[in-house]
Amino acid sequence: MEALSIFIKSIFIDNMIFASFLGMCSYLAVSKTVKTSVGLGAAVIFVLLVTVPVNYLLENYILKANAFIEGVDLSFLSFIMFIAVIAAIVQLVEMVVEKFAPALYGQLGIFLPLIAVNCAIMGASLFMQQKEFPTIGHATVYALGAGIGWFIAIVLMAAIREKISYSNVPAPLKGVGIAFIVCGLMAIAFMSFMGIKL
Amino acid sequence: MAQTNNSELLKNPLNLQNPITVQVLGICSALAVTVKLEPAIVMAISVTVVTALANLIISLIRNTIPSRIRIIVQLMVVASLVILVDQVLKAFMYELDKALSVYIGLIITNCIVMGRLEAFALGNKPLPALLDGIGNGLGYGVILVLVALVRELFGTGQLFGCQVIPDWCYEHGYANCGFMLNPPMALILIGVVIWIQRAKFAELQEK
Repeated sequence: MEALSIFIKSIFIDNMIFASFLGMCSYLAVSKTVKTSVGLGAAVIFVLLVTVPVNYLLENYILKANAFIEGVDLSFLSFIMFIAVIAAIVQLVEMVVEKFAPALYGQLGIFLPLIAVNCAIMGASLFMQQKEFPTIGHATVYALGAGIGWFIAIVLMAAIREKISYSNVPAPLKGVGIAFIVCGLMAIAFMSFMGIKL
Repeated sequence: MAQTNNSELLKNPLNLQNPITVQVLGICSALAVTVKLEPAIVMAISVTVVTALANLIISLIRNTIPSRIRIIVQLMVVASLVILVDQVLKAFMYELDKALSVYIGLIITNCIVMGRLEAFALGNKPLPALLDGIGNGLGYGVILVLVALVRELFGTGQLFGCQVIPDWCYEHGYANCGFMLNPPMALILIGVVIWIQRAKFAELQEK
């Protein structure tokens, strides 16, 4: 039950985009068509599912106080370790996908390498560290939920932006401006999940 | 790009090349830390320091970095700088560091830093790179402070935690707009900033 609550919470209530604004840059840059945003969303879920558990192990067995060497607290190194793990895993995932699933690789295209610097990935690892999940299972469920939340957000946004391209937006608001405001309105809608206790 | 003079490197990012409203980089942290003025200013200073120093360091070693692994090298340089900033904040402003929570760590993946490293520092001399970093950090800071100013003033009636809207306003029926403190308003405010800026400078409008 606890895992389920983490899952639902990370999708809707703590939505990466609407509640903590993570991964906004690629979110705004890529959400122009539904097809590419599905690709990027899938890639984000995938990378989150790999990096968060690995960083969880790293955090709990190496970086935490007294975890690796008695009396040594390495937690100040967590930023550099996390980002190194993320960059390395993204490279690895890219190579594996290219070798074994060329079709998927073609679809994800340039998004895979870009994910290394997507704040959502790093953010999920840092939130994982902050929330202090009891087991690796919880951390994985959290990663899955965060990824799905991001996926939903970007696909919804892309669908709205596809429609907006046919409407008459004031010239100074065209493009990024209207995207921000639409995103704000969607965030208001997502706020309605906020009071839910699980 | 290489020939632009140094003062332009500092000034351009404040308006016509603003990292947030024009280049659309580094938005994540821009939105999350703008509920109050104080964290926004600290964040702006941290980002400026990291961008400037990372630009300088990468520019100094730009000829020795193999281009295949440059992303990792850049990430390592930025991550080390962010750790320094984080440790300084933890030591001297512990409360604020808690308030900024994960967003200090997220300077590493802040696209402004990476974007400027890729676009500028890799191809320019150290001094222009340093100035470019400072300029972009400031351009980011300007928007951050602007949004935080509006949100704190109208959301709580305070600035830097001091009451600025006098009591008689409240007695005559003025009320704080609590909605300003919620995350969606940050998005909408930045949208409005973009709107105003592009209405003034027509060359920025998208076709």
